[in-house]
Amino acid sequence: MSPFATLLVRDVKLAARSGGSAALALSFFALVATLMPLGVGADLRLLARIAGGVLWVGAVLAALLSLDRLFQGDYEDGSLDLIALSPLPLELTALAKIFAHWLSTGLPLTLLSPLLALMFNLPPVPTLVLFVSLLIGTPAVSAVGAIGASLTLSLKRGGLILPLLILPLLSPAVIFGAGAVSASMDGLGAAGGLELLAAFAFGAVLLSPFATAACVRLNLGG
Amino acid sequence: MISSLTAEKLALVRGDKKLFEGLSFRVRAGQALAVEGANGAGKTSLLRLLAGFLTPHVGRILVKTGDVESDEAEERGRLVGWLGHLDGLKPQLTVFEQLSFFAHLYGREADRAVLDTVGLGGARADLPCRYLSAGQKRRLALARLLTSQRPLWLLDEPFAALDTSGQGLVADLMARHCSSGGIIIAATHDPLGLGNESLKL
Repeated sequence: MSPFATLLVRDVKLAARSGGSAALALSFFALVATLMPLGVGADLRLLARIAGGVLWVGAVLAALLSLDRLFQGDYEDGSLDLIALSPLPLELTALAKIFAHWLSTGLPLTLLSPLLALMFNLPPVPTLVLFVSLLIGTPAVSAVGAIGASLTLSLKRGGLILPLLILPLLSPAVIFGAGAVSASMDGLGAAGGLELLAAFAFGAVLLSPFATAACVRLNLGG
Repeated sequence: MISSLTAEKLALVRGDKKLFEGLSFRVRAGQALAVEGANGAGKTSLLRLLAGFLTPHVGRILVKTGDVESDEAEERGRLVGWLGHLDGLKPQLTVFEQLSFFAHLYGREADRAVLDTVGLGGARADLPCRYLSAGQKRRLALARLLTSQRPLWLLDEPFAALDTSGQGLVADLMARHCSSGGIIIAATHDPLGLGNESLKL
């Protein structure tokens, strides 16, 4: 197995055995989606109208819950030193961790979203658009989140600062993702929003490993 | 194969504190260097400097492999076998999974015989790391160090948490590493017992 695949498999295995991160993210996402209709009331048209935005924000916040541990566990127990000395460049290390985070959090959130969309009375086509937008957009959440996680990894309460750092950077993903669902609700094409979202996600996944690796180097030398 | 490691007039400042300056030494293949000093003197920082995690404020570190001498930190890092004061182990993984992960990460094959060498063979190899004692964790870190097959060992308190037999094992592994042409630089309060040079910080 290549060093990249080795790190990816280990991180997914750790996420599965810890039992916390994915389950916590899914529970949080489900709770947000359950509470929102209770707060808004039984106006089905209104619920369907706000579904895209609420579910997108819920998914981003749920993914954030486990992001602070992306590098922190390895940093605290000394594994990150050993990973940094391995033949795997830190940029690929970052990419492996981003991919592992998406597999253990972003993908399960995406798979759950059609079920939660039922609570908002979202019609089938916008539900499909929501699913596709999350499938395209959640890698960007992991990628942008990795930059924040690596920047705050040596801070004691870094998890508290992390959302403040990365939520503004994720606003394009929320705007394009929720916008695509709204456009679909209005009978307009969702392709424009999805294309912009794909471009944002592509840029984030492409650039994040370099920024993340630079932040990890900074912290290892700190 | 590594020929020598040379430090030239190193100076390191952490925060407002100057840890050392004008530090020069050379360690040749087959030699060990013990770095001694009081707590906070900069022993661990020196090791992190040599590993390439930190950059010296003044001076340079040269590593000679064959006829080529380089001061590239990243190249040097590829030669380093690291045993830090943290064990780098995950409680959720078993002993063999842990070793296997680092072996594959370093492009090696995990060998259960290495676990026998450090006294973690048999049923212990399938034990999750959360059930290991501090000494056993240290032994697993030693197994990982052996598996990395790196020529430049940087060891931070290599005898820490080990019982008498464990300390004997470390001394034996270090002697074998030096006799096979490797270099060891160890931050320690205990004598390495290798007829080595010492560096006081």
